[in-house]
Amino acid sequence: MRRVAVTGIGVICGLGRDLAEYWCGLREGRSGVAPIESVDTTGMRFQNGAEVRDYRQQEHFEDKRADFIDRFAQFAVIAAREAAARARVEWSPRLRQRTAIVTGSCLGGQSTEDSGFVDLYRLGRQRLNPLIIPRTMANAGASHISIEFGITGPAFTLSTACSSSGHAIGQAYWMVRSGAVEMALAGGSEAPFSMGILKAWEAMRVISPDLCRPFSRDRKGMVLGEGAAILVLEPLEAARARGASIEGEIVGFGMSSDASHITQPSADGAARAMMAALEDAGLEPGQAGYINAHGTGTQANDSTETRAIRAVFGAHADRLPVSSTKAMHGHALGAASALEAAATLLALREGVLPPTVNYREPDRDCDLDVVPNVARKASPEYALSNSFAFGGLNAVLAFGRA
Amino acid sequence: MSGELIELPGELIERVISVIAETQRLGKEKVSLDSSFEELGMDSMDGVNVLFALENEFDINIPDEEARAVRTVRGMAEGVAKLVAAKARSAATAE
Repeated sequence: MRRVAVTGIGVICGLGRDLAEYWCGLREGRSGVAPIESVDTTGMRFQNGAEVRDYRQQEHFEDKRADFIDRFAQFAVIAAREAAARARVEWSPRLRQRTAIVTGSCLGGQSTEDSGFVDLYRLGRQRLNPLIIPRTMANAGASHISIEFGITGPAFTLSTACSSSGHAIGQAYWMVRSGAVEMALAGGSEAPFSMGILKAWEAMRVISPDLCRPFSRDRKGMVLGEGAAILVLEPLEAARARGASIEGEIVGFGMSSDASHITQPSADGAARAMMAALEDAGLEPGQAGYINAHGTGTQANDSTETRAIRAVFGAHADRLPVSSTKAMHGHALGAASALEAAATLLALREGVLPPTVNYREPDRDCDLDVVPNVARKASPEYALSNSFAFGGLNAVLAFGRA
Repeated sequence: MSGELIELPGELIERVISVIAETQRLGKEKVSLDSSFEELGMDSMDGVNVLFALENEFDINIPDEEARAVRTVRGMAEGVAKLVAAKARSAATAE
């Protein structure tokens, strides 16, 4: 089996419009959360979100092309461009055939669908925009990345709610590791800020009325975010041979399903996914030096995740820093795992653990070292990134320092 | 939704019980004012579903903070009664 390097990372989200800005925000413990601008939230139970502010599609796409691409897929292409540029990929016809694209998205282009159906249901129009289908399909991100770079290898999209891009990166990792492909662009994107989607989340009563406060006793839920992150994966040997800069390694991937409840998390399912990732990586629990938590800031997730971490790591959990970066970049649903994979790789590379911001009060049900409010210098060799989706589908990635 | 003593009209109790029974797909005879959500087999998502149905039934908005502490049918009926009374008061003021 081949070792797999990450040679390029691209990011766009509420915390930063590229990788450098994103890392700056993570390190400084800044928040990308502010009053939502793209939807009128008057009268709603929450007003805050982590939007990509002042986003102008004209700066990234020609008008004609932009018409065909929903915001979620635009983000995917923008992140892929940055990742490929940073990896200094030299495309050849053979490499294009031997490169995979695996993206994750929970909602796809539902914002396009939402506004399109207003015409039908509210305005009583008989004709709908013919671009609704190609803009809405969840695989549009993967397709537009393929068109952008002329990549002709295997390309597909996974949709497992908040684990989508974790499952996507994991599959791509295994494909590169096994030799099925020579390179992969993997990650995910999401753009959930439309009226129908926000109202649906409001109804679930899991969104905080103010800020996201993971692991804090006074936490009141999550805050939605949007954006994309894409990683370039290739065999470590090949990356070294061509002199690529190595951002880090993916060393393992684990999955599990809870088989219990459609929305309530299970400590057992989460623990099994972490153990599977450690086993796949050939790591002992004590070798993990940092966990980027799922850490949504809901009462149920954070206490359940704490129990799961304690079950897997035992006494080592007392010495294991665990932070949730969702308080800064928001919960970007299908893009969340990819944004957090990027944060975890950067933490390993830079030797700085991003903090859990907005933390106020210890909770004995979340009695972990959550790196409260301020980033911390540390140089772990290995780290995990957790994703536990609604529907009980869990994906955990294990990373190693370059 | 607790603390002060709240008078519960029989008709309101009846409607709250009906909504909970329908949402939970239970026979009405299984649900009483003294039932706890736990006894009715309700989890947190069931609770959210019941809140949605009650908001529609009484045309009220039930705040998250207050709803979170409620664990019984009585607590829920008292909370609804308070919100219905507040709605009637604000309607009267508007006139």
